[in-house]
Amino acid sequence: MTSKQKIEKNKLSDDKYSKKSIKNLNSSNKKSLSTNEHLELFRKMYLIRQFENACGQNYANGNIRGFLHLYSGQEATGVGALSSLNDSDYIVTHYRDHGHALARGLDVNRSMAELFGKKTGLSKGKGGSMHLFDASKKFMGGHAIVGGQLPLAAGLALSQQYDNKDGITICFFGDGSTNQGIYHETLNLAAVWNLPILFFLENNMYGMGSSIERVRAGGLDFFPAMNTYEIPSMEVDGMDVLAVREATELAREKILKEKRPFFIESKTFRFVGHSYADGQKYRNQDEVIKWEQKDPIIIYPKKLIDMKITTNDEINDIKLEVDNVISDAVKFANESEEPSLNEIFDDIIAE
Amino acid sequence: MSEITIREALKIALNEAMEKDEKVFIMGEDIGEYGGAYAVTDGFLKKFGPKRIKDTPISEQAFVGAGIGAAVGGLRPVIELMSISFSLVAFDQIVNMAGNIRYMSGGQISVPMVIRAPTGAGVQLAATHSQSFETWLAEVPGIKVVCPSNSYDALGLMRSAINDNNPVIFAEPALLYGSKSNVPDEYFEVNLGDANVMKEGDDITIVSYGYGSKVLSDSAKKLEAIGVKPELIDLRSLNPIDYQTIIQSIQKTNRLVLVDTARKTGGIMAEISANINEKAGEWLDGPIVRVGSKDVPWPYNKSLEQEVLTDSNNILETIKISYGI
Repeated sequence: MTSKQKIEKNKLSDDKYSKKSIKNLNSSNKKSLSTNEHLELFRKMYLIRQFENACGQNYANGNIRGFLHLYSGQEATGVGALSSLNDSDYIVTHYRDHGHALARGLDVNRSMAELFGKKTGLSKGKGGSMHLFDASKKFMGGHAIVGGQLPLAAGLALSQQYDNKDGITICFFGDGSTNQGIYHETLNLAAVWNLPILFFLENNMYGMGSSIERVRAGGLDFFPAMNTYEIPSMEVDGMDVLAVREATELAREKILKEKRPFFIESKTFRFVGHSYADGQKYRNQDEVIKWEQKDPIIIYPKKLIDMKITTNDEINDIKLEVDNVISDAVKFANESEEPSLNEIFDDIIAE
Repeated sequence: MSEITIREALKIALNEAMEKDEKVFIMGEDIGEYGGAYAVTDGFLKKFGPKRIKDTPISEQAFVGAGIGAAVGGLRPVIELMSISFSLVAFDQIVNMAGNIRYMSGGQISVPMVIRAPTGAGVQLAATHSQSFETWLAEVPGIKVVCPSNSYDALGLMRSAINDNNPVIFAEPALLYGSKSNVPDEYFEVNLGDANVMKEGDDITIVSYGYGSKVLSDSAKKLEAIGVKPELIDLRSLNPIDYQTIIQSIQKTNRLVLVDTARKTGGIMAEISANINEKAGEWLDGPIVRVGSKDVPWPYNKSLEQEVLTDSNNILETIKISYGI
């Protein structure tokens, strides 16, 4: 590439996808979706919230063990992003992975059974909460070493590029991973090789108990730094499911058309602790309450009702239906068999 | 039959795999334009092009991780690390990702990938470039680890490694790239996990691998000169370990000497010693004896390095003392 081309590439990321232009997305998009599509977005977000609530309860009563990281509060980000992908796209994510799994349409029963460590779980009880997989849906995990999933995603994108496939790989990671060397290495590699990958930063502002203010040089925004890697980037309101959806749609198009990576920073917030055992001593409850005003489970249906896209009754019907799905899933997980002890040595080596 | 170097054997195996299967590609630092630090992939870029011969940034975590992702996505990457000491930089990806992903996914995912890396001391590269971390990697249940000591095994093991559906660490003794031996003209493979009885004998079983197997051949001559007939076993594979071949041998010799050119402490031979003790201790007439390199960081100076590195005299002396020969 000539230096002139490089400069133009840089300009693109500066001008076209600035913070400002994407912030305007949410109002423009609302009417382009059908009622059913709107309701499906709500249904998925509510499903995740209720799934997480059920996980919390079952952690408290001992059915779920190990580390449990809940996605409550970040639903608009996961659902918005994954609703705009298609079957040919790979998904790779971090250990706060229940939301992405359900947003991708992984079986609710088998997801819950995995958390219960049962034979019927997605990974036959061998992975647990942090390691959900469903290769049939190109959902390639749930990864629990912070930042470790990034090059895996780059490699999946490389396989798509190599085979000239019409798909992208989306890689979710949190602000906590951005101080790992692997983050910078993977951004560089993906840019140098023009990989069809969407780097999707879920900036919930805390890496476990450390606010980004305390651990990051360079301010609270991550997307501007993408100029360094010549990766076009944008910021989106991660509490606005429609904005996230449109941003991801746009990013996907750009990746396939321009044949290079893209970076989205979604500003979001987890309403709960880092893990179930977290007493949240490191943050002020006022901050949590402030973010709860943006709760997509409350705001989004309210907007839909206000705009006469749906009715309160329809929303309540969805809630009722989802509540049943969740209680069925808990029942399924509870009643499922434990894995046989004979399976310990299975699934290590492939034939 | 022709006499070729280990370097040439590796080149043949890689070239063949690249010709046979579009899904096979090679990546690593300076493997393309430069031709590879040990010249194994010299000429490959011209023949196969940049899509399949990928020069990478100096970024071991990222390109090893990307190799795993590519393998998960259906390709068959062969990754070159410039030294197995550099595997440390990518250890998280090799161990946590390549080694664990199949199990964590309940068998949904496999990682058909080969990581090639020069290993071992003896070429005055000092502490950071002379280590033998194939012994650490052999502890990981989801990873196979092999190491050839001659051209036949280099060719046969590499063919099998590329065809295998699991991550395979292919450790290449840095001292032996130019070492020559015979390979047949007909196609053959060497099964991953089969040890090789290099030489039959009745008195003592001596086990090693990689450069150590070369040292065994020298010590065999010295032992024969004092009337001892050793049976020499080249492990070829550190995971899995071919215990059956070792046990069959000690049933005949009743004595076991384990030789490592890596550092003695914490190496693969300690593991084999413990296992043989548990599985077949009743066949032994004397203690299991280990010979290994000294437990120090590898020195640069030639005579210091040679003093640290296991040689045939160390083996001979240890056997004499331990068995009162």
